[in-house]
Amino acid sequence: MSEARSGAASYSADEIMTVTAARSLRDRMTCFVGIGLPSEAANLARATHAPNLVLIYESGTIGAKPGSLPLSIGDGILALTADAVVSVPEIFNYWLQPGRIDVGFLGAAQIDKYGNINTTAIGKDYAAPKVRLPGAGGAPEIAASCREVIVVVRQNLRAFVDQVDFVTSVGFGDGPGCRQRLGLTGAGPQKIITDLGVLEPDPRNQEFVLTAVYPGVPVSRVKDRTGWDLRVSASLAEIPPPAAAELSALRALLAAGPADQGADR
Amino acid sequence: MAEIVSLTAAIEAAVHDGDTVAMEGFTHLIPHAAGHEVIRQRLRELTLVRMTPDVIYDQLIGAGCARKLVFSWGGNPGVGSLHRFRDAVEHSWPAPLELEEHSHAGMANRYVAGASGLPFAVLRGYSGTGLVAQTPSIAEISCPFTGETLTAVAALTPDVAVIHAQQADRAGNVQYWGITGVQKEAVLAARRSVVTVEEIVDVLEPRPGAVVLPAWALGYVAAVPGGAHPSYALGYSARDNDFYVAWDAISRDRETFAAWLEQYVYGQQTSGQQTSGRGTGN
Repeated sequence: MSEARSGAASYSADEIMTVTAARSLRDRMTCFVGIGLPSEAANLARATHAPNLVLIYESGTIGAKPGSLPLSIGDGILALTADAVVSVPEIFNYWLQPGRIDVGFLGAAQIDKYGNINTTAIGKDYAAPKVRLPGAGGAPEIAASCREVIVVVRQNLRAFVDQVDFVTSVGFGDGPGCRQRLGLTGAGPQKIITDLGVLEPDPRNQEFVLTAVYPGVPVSRVKDRTGWDLRVSASLAEIPPPAAAELSALRALLAAGPADQGADR
Repeated sequence: MAEIVSLTAAIEAAVHDGDTVAMEGFTHLIPHAAGHEVIRQRLRELTLVRMTPDVIYDQLIGAGCARKLVFSWGGNPGVGSLHRFRDAVEHSWPAPLELEEHSHAGMANRYVAGASGLPFAVLRGYSGTGLVAQTPSIAEISCPFTGETLTAVAALTPDVAVIHAQQADRAGNVQYWGITGVQKEAVLAARRSVVTVEEIVDVLEPRPGAVVLPAWALGYVAAVPGGAHPSYALGYSARDNDFYVAWDAISRDRETFAAWLEQYVYGQQTSGQQTSGRGTGN
């Protein structure tokens, strides 16, 4: 993990990624949270600028308020602090499917220029994969039905591929009009937040383009870690470094939470 | 009608070679002790069904009990890969493992259909995903009222469902609370059922959000305190996160796994307090 330096505070690439992801959530939003980086970011948002963020985990816990990071989507603290705990069929059928949830926060093993996500298998042959990944979980329906989706993933050539080996969760499919043809009700992925910057879909062709970088990150590095010919927005922004309060809140969360094993990222 | 028996007797009576077995419990209340008993009874050729075949099915797959896995997410939650699952899929060890793969919403709805006595369930899902081409139990369906294209998933009707709950009363009525998952649907979808419980009490006190399964809808009930470990039973135990982390190293290597299995599963008695697997195998 490389250390960047800006102003008084020193922070890691992962820290500014999580802080940036947290900033993308507004107070009182409802957020369907995956485990790992998305859960860190959502809990950071709740600990800082969005105290009334409604965290929803696929275990059926609605409005969970964990004081430290849960290791799994079903930790006891989520049930004990939730506004409501519902069954698994109910969380998907009554809460997610009708489009009640504002934002879905997902991770990815592979992601392509249309924001399609693979968490199933690496390699072109499904029956004989090079690497067998965990699979779909709740992600396909989160990607389909949340009003919008934000993806948090570390940027490298293994993850950022021209075409995913397997479409587990649909982003924009093969481009404009695809979500409508497939009957997917949500707006799809609106941001990919990485450890280098932020990618957003070009409204003209829905291809993800680089719209912001972190302080000190050259565009060439982002392009080098992207498996397609990454275009750069004409109005490329620089994301402000983490504030001291954001960093201390994140570090407190991580210190109180279980160890970050990172192996499923 | 529920019979209160030992765990050994319950598994002997309810689970047979070649059965389709659903062990459910969504992170919470995972029936680990029952899974160990299935391993000890050396059951073979099972079709294992579970939304999240985490550590419990990693153990059953590595022990050679499974022929096929029906699932929606096969990882060690918050930790990483399931190494025994991956070894079976990637290298056919200890035996090839056929996969039938869904999303969580699809699996949950398949249980709902099974519990409802219907041949399939309908949902918005899967369209555009690679799962449609790989999984025969997913099909497009047209709404007879609006013509909208939706997705049908075939009902799950396991031979036996196995769950863990906090309490049963002496008549065999069962109550569980906290994260209630998909266990009610799994039990009602299955032909037979085994419920392990933390304790058997005189009276089931009402609890907020609890699910009660009446004795007449159940098969076998066995008292197995701590039977969810390393998962947890709200009000009785905490999730042993350290074990989930330790499982990564135990399961990564075939020999380490075999030694763990020998010590903590084959080498354990089934009755009384469930302690197997509490160590790290090192």
